[in-house]
Amino acid sequence: MDKNFATRRRRDLIVAAVLAALAALAPLFVKNVYIQNILVLTLMYAALSQSWNILSGYCGQISLGHALYFGIGAYTTELLFTKFGVLPWFGMLAGGVIAAVIAMGLGYPFFRLRGHYFVIATIVIAEIGLLLFQNWEWAGAAMGITIPVRGDSWLKFQFMRSKLPYFYFALALCCVAWFVTWWLEDSKWGFWWRAVKDNPEAAESLGVVVFNSKMGAAAVSAFLVAVGGAFYAQFLAYIDPESVMGFQFSLLMALPAVLGGIGTLWGPVLGAAILIPMTELTRSYIGGSGRGVDLIVYGALIVAISLALPQGLVSLFSRSKAKGATR
Amino acid sequence: MTALLETRGVWQRFGGLVANSDVSISVGRGEIVGLIGPNGAGKSTLFNLIAGVLPPTQGSIWFDGEDVTKLPAAERCQRGVGRTFQVVKSFETMTVIDNVIVGALVRNTVMREARRKAHQVLEFTGLAARADVLASDLVPAEKRRLEVARALATEPKLLLLDEVLTGLTPTEAQTGVALVRKVRDAGITVLMVEHVMEIVMPLVDRAIVLDLGKVLVEGKPADVVRDPKVISAYLGDRHAVGA
Repeated sequence: MDKNFATRRRRDLIVAAVLAALAALAPLFVKNVYIQNILVLTLMYAALSQSWNILSGYCGQISLGHALYFGIGAYTTELLFTKFGVLPWFGMLAGGVIAAVIAMGLGYPFFRLRGHYFVIATIVIAEIGLLLFQNWEWAGAAMGITIPVRGDSWLKFQFMRSKLPYFYFALALCCVAWFVTWWLEDSKWGFWWRAVKDNPEAAESLGVVVFNSKMGAAAVSAFLVAVGGAFYAQFLAYIDPESVMGFQFSLLMALPAVLGGIGTLWGPVLGAAILIPMTELTRSYIGGSGRGVDLIVYGALIVAISLALPQGLVSLFSRSKAKGATR
Repeated sequence: MTALLETRGVWQRFGGLVANSDVSISVGRGEIVGLIGPNGAGKSTLFNLIAGVLPPTQGSIWFDGEDVTKLPAAERCQRGVGRTFQVVKSFETMTVIDNVIVGALVRNTVMREARRKAHQVLEFTGLAARADVLASDLVPAEKRRLEVARALATEPKLLLLDEVLTGLTPTEAQTGVALVRKVRDAGITVLMVEHVMEIVMPLVDRAIVLDLGKVLVEGKPADVVRDPKVISAYLGDRHAVGA
């Protein structure tokens, strides 16, 4: 049994390495900038959803307010860059740390809430964050921040001529988020989180400090999402509150995981690989006036999936019911 | 030698309802003690107070020579109090082995050791063949067993069993009884709440009868079942007269 378990862990790691290698080769074949753009976004959302999955999937604390951490990552990086000349790489780390601290600060009161009340609280807090940024003059208020062009360089993490560097960064971020999940899955934290999700009272009786577990999950999750936000800001080269902290980001982090399989290792990646290209393509076919039609499409998709495969798409890949569900 | 567990003048009130009034009991090391009493006697409340689910309104709880009254459940577990729940609370989306690993992590920080410990416990409790099955796929008797396994994985000094033998078929109950004996033989003190007198009485060294939140009688099982007060608490005064 132990051997099976170790084999499965190793197999996951090998599959991930192969997929990452294949993805890294993709730019050799994909020269179309529009498609490259979709690939970048797909990888980014896969990474974000993977991070969201740590708190909401494994630990079971459903957040629909992760746009807040995404925006904090973006704003920290750009404010530090434009106001103080701090390189985006440091801004990215600072954004991650600030987001993690804020996540724990918010967790302190809100982790006492259960179920729907917690979800509602996360939505409200993210909306408040959005409003604050819309009115914060120093941070550009609703006008946002334009990132000054300083020429293409890895040092300033800025590229105007090619999307490829962004592609590789998004791929790396996706790999990191996946690997962190993989590693945490077979750790004390991973077990604690799943126990907390399934039954907090029983978990407490087995020595699990439920509150600390949630705090840990929130910090890791928010940190990674904020790094994603910092990346997105550099990628767009212009940010305003709505474009980095809007509610749609919270949704787009949650949906891939839900579609692929919430609380599973592969769910977010699989979900993002299907959902994000689909969204982008529908959006471009329906045209600019069709804002929201893409949401209808994947709303329908989610309904279909929850009816047919409540465990998410990953359940198609598990050979037996029991094995698949152990993830 | 001091008792492993002691409750000193414990009261628990829920609004106007007094669930435990002035309960002082003690459990010695290596004992199997049965906590019995009719429905609503306050057994489960006392259990929850000992496990640390809620603090008593008044009084104190001592475990292994320490006052643990204010400690939350997780810390009591770390000090060696293991428990099961009357209504089973398995981690349904996790496999049997993963359920047990959660318990094993209290004393084993390295995953490999926790896993090895969990496998040992599954062997001990007779669940080894079901290790890779989802907890939600277990039959009720196995779920009860899993509750015990999970608690044992925390390597408790005191195991609190909340009606683990209730609702089982006679055969299942006999296997359960054998398991409880095995647990005691492994050096773990057992305090068990049970309804079914004929199963518990031959098993326990000592029985404590609660009625209406108070300790009614305490003593050897044979004496307790003959005690007129116990008979009247269970069956009504009419039956006690003849005894």
